Order: sequence, then C-alpha cells, then structure tokens
Amino acid sequence: MTDEELIWRISGGSGDGIASTSQNFAKALMRSGLNVFTHRHYPSRIRGGHTYTEIRASADPVRSRGDGYNFLLALGDSFARNPQEGAVYGNEEIKPLSENLDELREGGVIVYDEGLLDPSEIPDFEERVEENDWHVFPLDLRGLARDMGREVMRNTAGVGATCALIGLDLEHVEDLMRDAMPEKILDPNLEILETAYDQVREEYDVGDVDVSVPTGEHEETQLLMSGSDAISYGAIDEGCRFIAGYPMTPWTEVFTIMTQNLPELGGISEQVEDEIAAAALAVGASHAGVKAMSGSSGGGFALMSEPLGLAEMTETPVVLVEAMRAGPSTGMPTKPEQSDLEHVLYTSQGDSQRVVLAPGTVEEAYEQSRLAFRLAYEYQIPTILLYDQKLGGELVSVPKSHFDREPNPTLGKTLTEEELAEQPHSPDGKFHRFQHDAEDGVTPRSIPGQKGGRFLATGNEHDPTGHISESPDNRVAQIDRRTRKLEAIRADLDTEDTSSYAGPADAEYGILTFGSQQGTVEEAVGRLNDAGVSVKSLGVSDMLPFPTEEVEAFIESVEEVLVVEMTASGQFRGLVQKNLGRHGEKLSSLLKYNGNPFEPAEIVDGFEAAIVEGDGDASGHQTTFVPAAGD
Amino acid sequence: MSTFSAIGEEREIDRDEYTPGVEPQPTWCPGCGDFSVLKALKQALPEVGRTPEETLLCTGIGCSGKLNSYLDTYGFHTIHGRSLPVARAAKLANPDLEVIAAGGDGDGYGIGGNHFIHTARENHDMTYIVFNNEIFGLTKGQTSPTSPKGHKSKTQPHGSAKEPLKPLSLSLNAGASYVARTAAVNPNQAKEILIEAIEHDGFAHVDFLTQCPTWNKDARQYVPYIDVNDSDDYEFDKTDRVEAAEMMRTTEEALYEGEVLTGRFYVDEDRPSYGQEKRQIGEMPEEPLAERYWDDEYEWERSYDRFVGKHE
Repeated sequence: MTDEELIWRISGGSGDGIASTSQNFAKALMRSGLNVFTHRHYPSRIRGGHTYTEIRASADPVRSRGDGYNFLLALGDSFARNPQEGAVYGNEEIKPLSENLDELREGGVIVYDEGLLDPSEIPDFEERVEENDWHVFPLDLRGLARDMGREVMRNTAGVGATCALIGLDLEHVEDLMRDAMPEKILDPNLEILETAYDQVREEYDVGDVDVSVPTGEHEETQLLMSGSDAISYGAIDEGCRFIAGYPMTPWTEVFTIMTQNLPELGGISEQVEDEIAAAALAVGASHAGVKAMSGSSGGGFALMSEPLGLAEMTETPVVLVEAMRAGPSTGMPTKPEQSDLEHVLYTSQGDSQRVVLAPGTVEEAYEQSRLAFRLAYEYQIPTILLYDQKLGGELVSVPKSHFDREPNPTLGKTLTEEELAEQPHSPDGKFHRFQHDAEDGVTPRSIPGQKGGRFLATGNEHDPTGHISESPDNRVAQIDRRTRKLEAIRADLDTEDTSSYAGPADAEYGILTFGSQQGTVEEAVGRLNDAGVSVKSLGVSDMLPFPTEEVEAFIESVEEVLVVEMTASGQFRGLVQKNLGRHGEKLSSLLKYNGNPFEPAEIVDGFEAAIVEGDGDASGHQTTFVPAAGD
Repeated sequence: MSTFSAIGEEREIDRDEYTPGVEPQPTWCPGCGDFSVLKALKQALPEVGRTPEETLLCTGIGCSGKLNSYLDTYGFHTIHGRSLPVARAAKLANPDLEVIAAGGDGDGYGIGGNHFIHTARENHDMTYIVFNNEIFGLTKGQTSPTSPKGHKSKTQPHGSAKEPLKPLSLSLNAGASYVARTAAVNPNQAKEILIEAIEHDGFAHVDFLTQCPTWNKDARQYVPYIDVNDSDDYEFDKTDRVEAAEMMRTTEEALYEGEVLTGRFYVDEDRPSYGQEKRQIGEMPEEPLAERYWDDEYEWERSYDRFVGKHE
C-alpha cells in the first residue's frame, strides 16, 4: 500500500452514471496537478450489471492501471435483477460492494451507499474488514441526494464524501461541475457535494484514514484524453473528411467522435447498412479524391475483408481502424483483448498487401493515426490502425502541447491535369495509372473528373491502364511492384521512431510486447529494475511491415525474452518468430485472456516466475505461462 | 486549368468516344442482351452531354461487370455485389460526377441486396442498371434470385423451390424515386429510359431484361414486349405509389407467364436526393469535398485549435 498514489474505484450498475462521474472526477484530479490513468470495466448491458471505473492518480507519470486499488466508492446498482434462488447471476444488488473486495488493498477505504447496500449479505464481510484493516464508511448517499435534489445525484454525494476522506479540496470538483453541468442541475449537485463533504468531516475522524490524495503540479496544461479521441484527432489533422461505419463496441467511440466533429469541418460521415458497405464507401470516397476512413471491431472487420482486398488490388488509399475486443465470434464485447492481430494481418484472399500499426499509448495513438493516413495516401495502400477496448477507452492525462502540430491534408502521389498530360497514355487516351516501373512501387494516380486521367480501377489483375489482363509477364510485374511498396514503407517507418524502449540498454533479460500493454510492461520493468533485476522492454507498434532487424537486435542483446500479450494463443510471439525465423528458443510467453488487462504486478510476478525462477508458476494470477520452444 | 476540367465541359460528344481502343469488341456471347445495355449507354450519355471523363461507371462482378471494359469512362470494376456502396460514396465525395452503377441480378438482388435496399432508401442521385437475365451467366448457368420457380440448373437439379424476387416492387418499397424496366430487344425505349434515369435527380433503378442465349436457352427472348406507358390495356399513374405498386406486381407476375411488360413504373420528381437532404441538415458541404484538397487557399483546421480544449 502506497500513499503516493490514489486508485479510486467507483462501482455500480450500467446506467448509474459511473462513466460520467468518473470522467469528471478524473479531470478534477488532473486539474489539481496530478497525472491520471483510468481503467473501465463494464458488461455488455445498458442497464445494471457489475461496472466500475478506476482512476489512478499520482504526482509521478502513470502509464498503466495499478495493482489493485485503495479507495472504493460503492454505489447501488439501480437496475440489479432480483434473483430467484439459484439464479446464475446471483444477487446482483450487492455486487457493487461484494465484487470489488478482492482487489482492494490492505488499509483501503470503503464508502458504500447504505441506502442500497447491506454488507450483512456478504459472507465474512466484518472479518475481511478487520483482516485487511479496511476503513468502512456507510453513508446514506441516496437519501441525501433525494432530500436535496434527485436520487441520481447520489454519485455527487459519493464524490463529496471521497473528497472529505482523501483531503481533496472541493474547489477542483466544483469548477468541473460548473463546466460540465447545465444550470438546472448544477445548484442541487453543488449543495449535495458540500453537504456530503461536511457530513463526513463532522461524523468521522478522517485523520485515521491512510489514503490521501497526493499533491502534484504540472509544468504545462494537460488534457484528459482517450485513445479513441487521439485516433480521431489524428485523422482530422491528416485531412480525413469522410468516414463510414456501422456501430460496434468498442469501435463506435471513434465513429461517434468523428461523426460529431466532421460536419463542423465540412466533412461527411455515413452510418450505413453493414461493414462491407462501410469499408466500400471509404474506398469509393478515396477513389473520388477524399481522405477517407472506416473501421470496426473484430466481427465487423471480418466483413471488411472484401473491400480491404479491393483497396489493395486497386491501390486505393484507405485507413481502417480495428478496435479489438475479446473474441472469438461475439466473445466478450466490452472486454479488451489483442487476439485480432492475426485476423487483421492476414484476412482477405491472395498475396494482399497492407500496413498494420498498433499504437501503445494515447500519444502514440494520435501520432500513428496520422502516420496511418500518411502511409496509406503516399503509398496507395490500405493501412490498419489496430488498438483495443483498453487503449480506446482509457482516459489518460497527456500534455496539451503534444497535439500542437500542423495539418497535413495532402493526397499523396496524385497528378494535376497539366502533369497528367505529360504521363504515358494508350493510343485511345487512357492514362497508364498502373505503370510497371516505379522504384518504390508507387505510381501516380488521377482522380475522376480530371481531363486526361481516365483509367479503370478493378479487383482483377490488370495492365497499366487498368484493363483486365491475365498475361503472365504483366502479372509478375504488377504483383512485384505492389509488393515493393512494403519495402519502401519499411524504410520509411525506420525513420519514424514508433517503438518504445524501457530499462537499461545492457540488460540481461527482455520483455517484448505490442500495442496497449506497453505502459503496463514499462511500469513492471521499472519495478523489476528497482528490485535489482536486469531487464528492459521493447513495445513494438509496426506489425506490418515488421521491424525485423530492430526486434532481432533486441532479442540478440539479451539472454531470454518474455513476450507479453493479451491473447490465448501467443499470436504476437508467433509473428515475431515468423518474421525472424529463429531465436524461438529464447522466447517464452506470458498471456492473459480473462477479459481484464494486465496489472503491473502480474507482469513482475510472471517475469520472476518465468525467467528468474524458471518454472513459470506465478500463482495467484490469472495469467498463463508458455515456455520457449524446445524447453 | 481547374482541377476537374472534364466536369461540366460543353462540347459535342461522339458516341465513339466511349469505345475503348484496347478492347473495342466485347467478349459477350453472340446474341447476349448485354450488348444492348452498352449500346443504349453509348447513345444516352452523349445526349445528356456527359463526357467520358466526368462519368464514373461502377460495376460488380459477372458478365455485366465487363461493361467497364467496353465503355471507356472513368471506371471502377468493384467486387461482387458491392458496386453501390463504392458508387454512392464517390457521388458524396464529388457530387459533380455523373455516377452510374451496373451489375447483374445475382450481383444486385442477391449478394448485394442489402446495398440495393439501402441505396434506394437513401435516394442517392445516381443511376443503377441491373442486367436481369434471370440466371448466373459467368459461372455457367446457376439459378439466380430472379429465376422462375421450378427453374432447373446444376445447382437446382430438382427445380428451384423459391419464388423469384420481385425487383420493381422491392425497389419501390425501399425508396427508389425512379423505377423502370426495359429490355434488350427494345433499344429505343432502353435509350430513352437511360436518358431519363441519368437526368433524374435521385436514385434511378433500371431493371434491364438481358436475354442469356447460352445459359438460359429456355427463357424467353423478352419478345414481344409491351410498353405499359403506351398500351391501352394498362392504365395507371406512374407518380402514384399505390397505382405503381399494383402495376409492378402485375408486371412481375406476367413475366413468368410469358408476357413482357416494360416502361416507367414509378417516377417521383419531388423527393430530394440524399445529397440535398444531407446538405439541408448541415452534414455535407456545399462545394464538392474532392475539390478542397486541390485548393491552395483552403485553411485546414487543426484539432488543437478546435477540439482539444474541451479535454482540459
């Protein structure tokens, strides 16, 4: 248990305002000078069910959820089902309290709404409180809210009680409420906040509570932003003005943010009949000369295989985002996983080419969203931005200056009509859009409506004008040219610095990961280093084309490598081995696929068990160790 | 020189401009109805004053998809069933383009049926020509969504147990604002209908009966045909949904009884196109989006100035 950080968890049911309350509180903590990182856990239900959001706040940088947490605000689940004896879902009413006890640290604080929750329904509650030295504060939050406003305002009462117990000045929360709430509900909320605060201060001796809010100061303005926000803003700054989509969790967040912002920018958003249409619309818009995107999550992305292949074959630039969730099939819609990696790398028939980037942080999400558009348009190739429910939804404090960059709306290698006139044409005037000779494989394109630019885009193999051709020589020339683009993109990516390193360069051991686990791995590496373990990490973002040389150098520089990923089958490790073709004996895996992202301690313990002790048995965690091949 | 100077160009257009030098002779079978679609388009486009480079023809897969190889315009030969989503996005991106989509009955009414329903519903300002030969041609004669009940093929050896799909009724109910049927054997009517369809400001659906002499030998050559707008036997108001629906139903049933009824079945000139609707609610720019990328004066807004403030 540390006083250096507050990890505040608010629990209730879906529909109880957990998300909005936690977002406001996270912002208040951020504005007070702290760095914050949130973690959301929610079911695929509109009303009821076990839901919580965790806010980790510290004066130091926070790049991951923490190990457990130290402050629980348990609200009632207003939509809990009243179970018959033996119902599979058990007693839902008590879950906001009962389901959250296992991860509460020793000495932690519990505030619960005694108007809705009765701890006598939890087996051994009193004993556990005593054993763990928890400080418990039953408050009638609902009653207080009802008396002074409306029942739903009990969240505010809970926040007021929290502030009283951790010593956070109400000013930050009040400022935020003034920004976020319409006048009509502002006054009762402010009154409830203050009353709850005073009540706790009067009724309890808060000096006994071990958990307090840290104090910090930012050197520059911070933003509270999610990966979905960052991806959207990256797209906008790269000149994307067209999006088409179909709702699916968790991709819907990017779709919504873009849809709400594009009309203001004179752009177009289309919600369409299915994901086949969504991706095909993005291809059609891009073909007609607009920077365009689409996206989905696993099941919806499966429908995009066809248009993805069409974009590849016709060399139409397009960006698709894929927000992973736990599969297979419908899987666990609101839970994070990284198991669509192979799906996006390999879906669509034939020797198709694409770029796949997997950002690791909110900052990288912005940068790599922009990079995805740049590569797609410069190299006329579909580019997929692969992230997950975790990165998409976690709100993190990031410096505002990170986003202070110039827009880049360029379409890539396109031609003006004057330039088109100089280009090779067939005797009948058709533009040689798909010329064979181009060093980096990229041949300039025309846009429909341009004089002297007409050509045929087709999913069939085609000659330089786009005309369908099955000539062997042309076939080889075209497929070789399209493939060459990946080499050029790899060289381009080598200048982009998309990988993330932590730990000493001369470390004995390595941890390799990709995408959203990067921050948690880096925290674990820091702790292992502090404990005297010689380990470093590499978070890889370029999934395709893969940075083979860079990853090989990393593996060769250490004795053993633990590959950390949220998949059940070790897909990322498989990708590393496929690209390197050797070093399999050095790679073991730490996997997690129970629906929750890694905690740093799980990686620390997993690493020690796997590498230091060597047996791989990290008891007490729901992680899985897979030894190296040949072990 | 503007960015898209082919658009809106006023000049005499020769129908030979639409004949590609690479493959002037189509590879369709002798006697195929598809020739008539090509011919009617080559006649209609010059008459409506649309040049090859301001026209984008999007096709699906099948014999009909080969249209792109034989009509020399900007072309996008997409994938099976997906011509409509590609085409309507191009129209949204650049409303000044003349966008025409085309495909077969399997392409449009089978695998692409969902896109057909929704594109009609949204009433995009474009023309959709369905080569309806009541069969899958390029894959060698399988039963299609419009094949008559009882139709025998290698994939339906005991005869199809399914009622054929009724494309005109489907189109009307989905929301198309211009619905017509013509036949390959009726070139003058076909040309006139395509002219009207292209000029119509909304989703114009033309069900084009194209006989398949190779795989559908049993089927009629769609003769004799009757133009319901000219026939004394049929009285209906094509601007009236209810009367149009009844006429369509009669037409669709008559086809399978050997009577080929053609003509304009539904015309709604008042319904705004999707682009107009989107602009009305402020969700689409007045100027074609595609032009913005070529405008050196345009000031691209940054998320930093516009959006990130709310995250502070």
